[in-house]
Amino acid sequence: MNWNRKRAGDVIVWVLLLTMPYWLQWIGGYTSLGSRVLVMGLAAMSLNFLLGFTGVLSFGHAAYFGLGAYGVGMTIKYLIPSTPLGILVGVVAGTLAACIIGALIVKLRGVYFAMVTIAFGQVFYFIAFRWNSVTGGDDGLSGWRRMPINLGFRTLDILGNDKALYYMVLLCFAVAVAVMAALLRSPFGRTLLAIRENERRARFLGIPVERHIWVSFVISCMFASLAGTLYALVNNFADPHDLHWTQSGDFVIMAVLGGMRSFWGPLIGAAVFVVFQDYISTRTENWQSFIGLFFVLVVLFFPRGVLGIFRRKATL
Amino acid sequence: MSLLQVERIARHFGSLLAVNGVSLNVEPGELRAVIGPNGAGKTTFFNLISGFFPPTSGRILFEDQDITALTPHNRVSLGIARTFQVTEIFPDLTVRENLRIPVEVATGHRLRPRLSRDADKEVRARVSELMEMSGLTEKADRLVGELSHGDQRTTEIMMSLALRPRLLLLDEPTAGMGDQETYNITKLIRGLHKDQKLTIVLIEHDMRVVFHLADRIMVLAEGAMLAEGTPKEIAANERVQAAYLGKTA
Repeated sequence: MNWNRKRAGDVIVWVLLLTMPYWLQWIGGYTSLGSRVLVMGLAAMSLNFLLGFTGVLSFGHAAYFGLGAYGVGMTIKYLIPSTPLGILVGVVAGTLAACIIGALIVKLRGVYFAMVTIAFGQVFYFIAFRWNSVTGGDDGLSGWRRMPINLGFRTLDILGNDKALYYMVLLCFAVAVAVMAALLRSPFGRTLLAIRENERRARFLGIPVERHIWVSFVISCMFASLAGTLYALVNNFADPHDLHWTQSGDFVIMAVLGGMRSFWGPLIGAAVFVVFQDYISTRTENWQSFIGLFFVLVVLFFPRGVLGIFRRKATL
Repeated sequence: MSLLQVERIARHFGSLLAVNGVSLNVEPGELRAVIGPNGAGKTTFFNLISGFFPPTSGRILFEDQDITALTPHNRVSLGIARTFQVTEIFPDLTVRENLRIPVEVATGHRLRPRLSRDADKEVRARVSELMEMSGLTEKADRLVGELSHGDQRTTEIMMSLALRPRLLLLDEPTAGMGDQETYNITKLIRGLHKDQKLTIVLIEHDMRVVFHLADRIMVLAEGAMLAEGTPKEIAANERVQAAYLGKTA
């Protein structure tokens, strides 16, 4: 029965995502808001692969998100105006950085790990912020646009057609999410749960804990950088703030808000976050206070996140 | 050939000499008990064998291979499994999942992104077998964190057993248990030893359990070996009686 419930949840999520551009305006949204929800949802779910399912808190995922964003922007602006190639470059850049940084920090735990991820993240932020001639510095990387994708038989106009862009983003999202879901159901995924649950036990069951955390970190950062490339494409812009540690903090908030023990939780958290940001920021500059208040209330009363509310009802 | 040879092993913690030049040979198929008063260095001794931390001096050989510098997971893959004095399990996972993880590690699947149908079947069969052996079948889908203390400790032993170890280290398997639970665990361990010819070293405070199970007993006191011999010899040893048995009796 539990399994059926989970299946039903998956189906509902996918149906909602597939039809989003057609119902979003009824509730006062617009298609590119939907794209942003997907992108932030992917980033938060990637972070949660590490946080919720491996038990390791990174406060530096914006670094990989931002590397993706700048990777795609700089490829299109300076190298070849091709969207798929830009995505590839962004993801490879983010993943490589994660491989190296991950190997350096994987022995650290808890607060120390989080602090060092912040520190490494800020390195990339300051590079983007200062290197005016290449990254656009403070102003961000502009002067480029996402390019329509040539499929051979026809062209997908993601530049002029919001819906086409949405479905392109949804396709990337779906592939990334499917891969993460499959991994979590695999023997490898179970070793990650083992590490989250009890690192000592995992180690003395023959799991090389550091190596597995490293792999998990790299996978998590790879999908975060994919989210970053998509974010830059949606905005036609790469912002140094994408790399800033406060952006990392936002990802953590989204994951915790939605429920970090559940697979879809961070997507819900991201949706709440993005919609809050969009609606409240048009009325007050202090929208973050409202997010903060909401966050505190959720953590206090529903420590398992928004999805945890439903879970709790279900078990009663 | 001994399965495990510990040669004059020592471990300092600052100025404290927790284990001081202890040697031990364990033969294949043997069940060895390690006893001693609290603070005698028994758990430290286990931690050295399983690779929790390295010794300050001395050597450990497993099947004539020097394992002194190996990581814990390398020792597990050679066939050394252990349990802990305070139960170490995966509380938010079910019994089935707790057992499945070590089964998959033991069969070399731990880095697999997916399992073939046959491999999956084999893993499930092995997990069921382990649950039946220990009477955990009815609790298969319960979270381990919600089970009784006795069932949690049984699960931990079965998790170690799932690794198909050549040497099983049990750190006070009956700690904190009632009579019935102690009886069940003792029966389980005796079965592993007699029927499966598994080599076991166990730390134990309950003397009924020790004398019922052990082929040989090693007595530690203040980090050093006080005596070593068959249960009969140990029971008759005056130094042991003075230092240990006398106090508890």
